[in-house]
Amino acid sequence: MTKTSTPGRHRKLEGWPLVFSILVTISILVGGAAEFIPMVLIEENVPRIATVTPFTPLELTGRDLYIREGCVGCHSQMVRPFRHELERYGPYGRAGETIYERPFLWGSKRTGPDLSRVGGKYPDLWHVRHFEDPRSTSPRSLMPPYDWLLRSELDLTNVSTKLSTLKTLGTPYTDDEVASAERTARQQAAEIAASIEQGGGPTGLADKEVIALISFLQRLGKDIRAAGITAEVSR
Amino acid sequence: MPTTSVRAEASIKPDMEVYRYDEQIVRMFVLATAIWGLVGMLVGALIALQMPFWQANLGPYLTFGRLRPLHTNAVIFAFAGNAIFAAIYYSTQRLCKARMAFDSLSRVHFWGWQSIIVAAAITLPMGITTSKEYAELEWPIDIAIAVVWVIFAVNFFTTLRNRREKHMYVALWFYIATIITVAVLHIGNSLALPVSMTQSYPIYAGVQDALVQWWYGHNAVAFFLTTPFLGLMYYFLPKAAERPVFSYRLSIVHFWSLVFLYIWAGPHHLNYTAVPEWAVTVGMVFSVMLWMPSWGGMINGLFTLRGAWHKLRDDVVLKMFVIGITFYGMSTFEGPLLSLKSVNALSHYTDWTIGHVHAGALGWNGFMTFGMIYWLMPRLWRTPLWSDRLANTHFWVGTVGMLLYVMAMYSAGVTQGLMWRAFDEAGRLLYPDFMETMIQIVPMYWVRLVGGLMYLAGMVLMLYNMYRTIKSAPKDLPDPAFTSPREVAA
Repeated sequence: MTKTSTPGRHRKLEGWPLVFSILVTISILVGGAAEFIPMVLIEENVPRIATVTPFTPLELTGRDLYIREGCVGCHSQMVRPFRHELERYGPYGRAGETIYERPFLWGSKRTGPDLSRVGGKYPDLWHVRHFEDPRSTSPRSLMPPYDWLLRSELDLTNVSTKLSTLKTLGTPYTDDEVASAERTARQQAAEIAASIEQGGGPTGLADKEVIALISFLQRLGKDIRAAGITAEVSR
Repeated sequence: MPTTSVRAEASIKPDMEVYRYDEQIVRMFVLATAIWGLVGMLVGALIALQMPFWQANLGPYLTFGRLRPLHTNAVIFAFAGNAIFAAIYYSTQRLCKARMAFDSLSRVHFWGWQSIIVAAAITLPMGITTSKEYAELEWPIDIAIAVVWVIFAVNFFTTLRNRREKHMYVALWFYIATIITVAVLHIGNSLALPVSMTQSYPIYAGVQDALVQWWYGHNAVAFFLTTPFLGLMYYFLPKAAERPVFSYRLSIVHFWSLVFLYIWAGPHHLNYTAVPEWAVTVGMVFSVMLWMPSWGGMINGLFTLRGAWHKLRDDVVLKMFVIGITFYGMSTFEGPLLSLKSVNALSHYTDWTIGHVHAGALGWNGFMTFGMIYWLMPRLWRTPLWSDRLANTHFWVGTVGMLLYVMAMYSAGVTQGLMWRAFDEAGRLLYPDFMETMIQIVPMYWVRLVGGLMYLAGMVLMLYNMYRTIKSAPKDLPDPAFTSPREVAA
């Protein structure tokens, strides 16, 4: 940067590839460091919200399915603090909500609506029908069907490994939670499957992938509601 | 130029040394560029069809969600990637007056990179993804990318050390910045803890993950799709125009300011999200500053044609370059504009962003690549291009195609953005049903598909032209040889 005004001195630099490369490296590191280091060091940049807890084993499995199917390509999970977004979706996204998101799934394009506040908006059965055939619940929808999720087996073989990996990275799972992850997941899946059956939906979904995905979607926005944070729209 | 090889050897003197450029590796990268370009754009056309026509989603493997990262990875890392390697391998040898330092590493680089692309083409439709944009590949492939990149770097920097030309030309500065920064970005953003061979969790969470991802994502655009293509421009444009670069001083100023400023701009992808206000404001301010060095590059490119504009009439290479540089200027003006919070409030999450990136990708990266390939074909295969007329058709089909594409996306983006925020007189959302805002822009999705298909058709014309040119090329293509005075040990 300092040599910009003097082509003569720059000319010299052009004969020294090593020095040139070192100067380039410094130039590109400054910006990233200046933005990222404060983010890590200053705790208040990510204010904690007491009701935000780690995902359950089943929700985590569902989240990984959400990643596998590339849902993030069409659905954001970050409501912006505008009145029209609060009206449409609910409370705007807080930093404290995201502390267990590995990776973050905020997205960059809304071909479908934002999903960060979708938890509890529809019954479990609605989601089953919607995945099977989106147009059965939303007549003009452009979303492709995900009917195979109702048929493919839910794979929970490495859910304990998933939890322990996250635990290593800092998510506060207890050793018990890690060890019993698969059992906990099966339990939660059975509950959701039962609620679907009670609502008059298909039976035998407890060991299908769709259940995990629904558990994840129903979780979205729940923590922040528990903290009493609302959309705060004033008319 | 190539015919000198025999004569050079015949007239060899003890105080002269003979060296040959590796042209085979450049031919390989050129072919890979064209083939992967076709694949990447075909996938693009399919997902463009899937948006207005959901029946085109053939689940589970061929759904929009799984194919979108395949499209972006194929066009960025396979099409543009191979193009920049072709440019770097061709021009670095000439600018350094030295053969690439290690033929073996050049081959490992080539085949390693193609294997990575094949691995991406297999794993992404299988749903093996990190979901981080332009960094979707899982950790084993990430490690392979890092290894191949380091091999490339070793080969490149050793060639720099072996150079017979004292001063490094501006194209080489941009290549240096590319190689260093892509390594830093890729490694920094890919740090993750594996769960299995096909899955990992990033070491960053939430807000930090978002910031690191867009530090990477934005600078992948900067150092994979901008700096190497500026290097390409600085080498091939003066060659094609037969004019020196407009301003040496401008190239120094815009190089250093571009390299320094670009990195800061990442957070503008996160305007109005949970990322702290100060970070996105810094990102926005630096994005606006970035406009100037970007246009420094455009001006240096376009003004290089001073006194040579008449050549545009019948030189398809120059026409391609001029459209490419013009689109670079447009998208680097649009970028700072979109980073402004008030504009971003409207544009974010809409197709405006898609229009913006395609102005850059189709216009700048695509047309600079096509121009380079049309310039290289007769030189690398030592036979005239099979059809200049066909190349000219490619130029027009491609230009009209991408104009349709970006216009459709701009109008779709602005329309939907305005509908999302519209209130009625009673203060209620005018379009509370999200679907309404989507149905409105479906016609624009069809226009986009037509534009994209036209661009793809141009690509097919180029491939056919290449095929016919190569068919009539001589069987034997020896590496061109050059002589220069032997360096005397001091």
